[in-house]
Parts: sequence; structure tokens; C-alpha cells
Amino acid sequence: MTYEIVTLYVITFCLIVGAAFTLIGAIGLLKFNDSMTRLHAPTKVGTVGVGGLLLASIIYNGVFGEGAMHETLIMAFLFVTAPISANFIAKVNMHRRACDQPPELPGDEQWATFDLVETDNTPDADTISQ
Amino acid sequence: MTLAMDLMNYALIAAFVVIGLCQMMAMIRVVIGPSTGDRILALDTMVVNAIGLIVLMGIAQGTRVYFEVSLIIAMLGFVSTVAYARFVLRGDIIE
Repeated sequence: MTYEIVTLYVITFCLIVGAAFTLIGAIGLLKFNDSMTRLHAPTKVGTVGVGGLLLASIIYNGVFGEGAMHETLIMAFLFVTAPISANFIAKVNMHRRACDQPPELPGDEQWATFDLVETDNTPDADTISQ
Repeated sequence: MTLAMDLMNYALIAAFVVIGLCQMMAMIRVVIGPSTGDRILALDTMVVNAIGLIVLMGIAQGTRVYFEVSLIIAMLGFVSTVAYARFVLRGDIIE
């Protein structure tokens, strides 16, 4: 009996932590005023936010259900793919000239991120007006 | 037992409300932009929030049937984020 009560409190804690971090990430996504700064806020959603909710689900199913660790698969997948997609989004920001630019390379070389057709390299209209 | 159960149910409802709110905030970021990177990022965040909502629904209904759904959404979300970013970067997805 006591064991189940303690488990319920642990589940409650995990749910509250997960929801709080998700809220922090969403507020950061909405309030920060630079593309690269905004990139940092939703990483909290992808790790602690969803991680807390999945942990709550694991504990709940382990105590009140059959008990399986399937949710760790989702957790592992999210933790592995989050840095990759963040890297891609940062490259898109650099490519669209929406952030500080890296220094020029010596000689005729160019950064591979900017390597594309000329028409695509013109900066966005709203990026200039900022 | 009842107090702890009530507390968990309240936390569950609060988590539903908060994550729904976060989903709306990410949607606002999708609409206002301003650059393509922000829109991709906001869509990625919306996918992660959707996984959270589905996991919460699994806890609330006490079933395990939503596990596969959230796993597939996680995979599709990653692939679509990479495809969108790759399209912006290279003008093509598969070269």
C-alpha cells in the first residue's frame, strides 16, 4: 500500500517536472529575439520535458500495468536525433543569413553551408529589416 | 491512497493544459516566423509536444496502445525536420 502511494507521488513529480520544462521551452521559443538564441530553448522540451513524461509513463505502467520498458526506446530515439536536427536548423539559419556569419575563409574557398546556387544566397527581406 | 491518486489526476490535467498551451505557443512561432529556421524549429517542437500529449493520454486511459503511435510520430518528426532543412540547404532532398 505504502509502496503504491510513494509511486503515485513520484509519478506526480515526474509529470510536473516534464510539464514545467515543456512550458519553459515554449516560452523561450516565443520570447527570445534571435534565431540562434531561439534554437536553445526547445532542447529542454526534447530532453527533460518529454523525458519526464515518459518516465512517469514507465513508472505508472510498471506499477499498475504489465510493466515494460518500451518508452525507453522513444527516449533513446529522441535523445539521439535532437542534436542532429538542431545542427541542421543551425545550418539553415546560417544559410539564410539569419544570424552572425562565420569569418571569411582564406583564398577562394567558401563554407560548405553557403555552397549553393546564387539566387538562393540573397538574404531574406525581413532579415535585413531587423 | 485517495489523496495521492487525486494529486496525480490533478497533475495529469495540469500537464495536459500546459502542453496544450505550449503547442499553441509553438504554433504562434510557426505563424510569425520570421525566418525559415524558426519555422522548422517550431514544427520540430510541435512534434515533440505531440509525443508528450500522446504519452499523457496513455497514462490517463491506462492503456499501452499509444506506444507505437508515439514512436512512429517521433521517427516521422525527425525525418520531416531533416528533409525540410535539407530542402532549404540544398534545394533538393535526395541528390
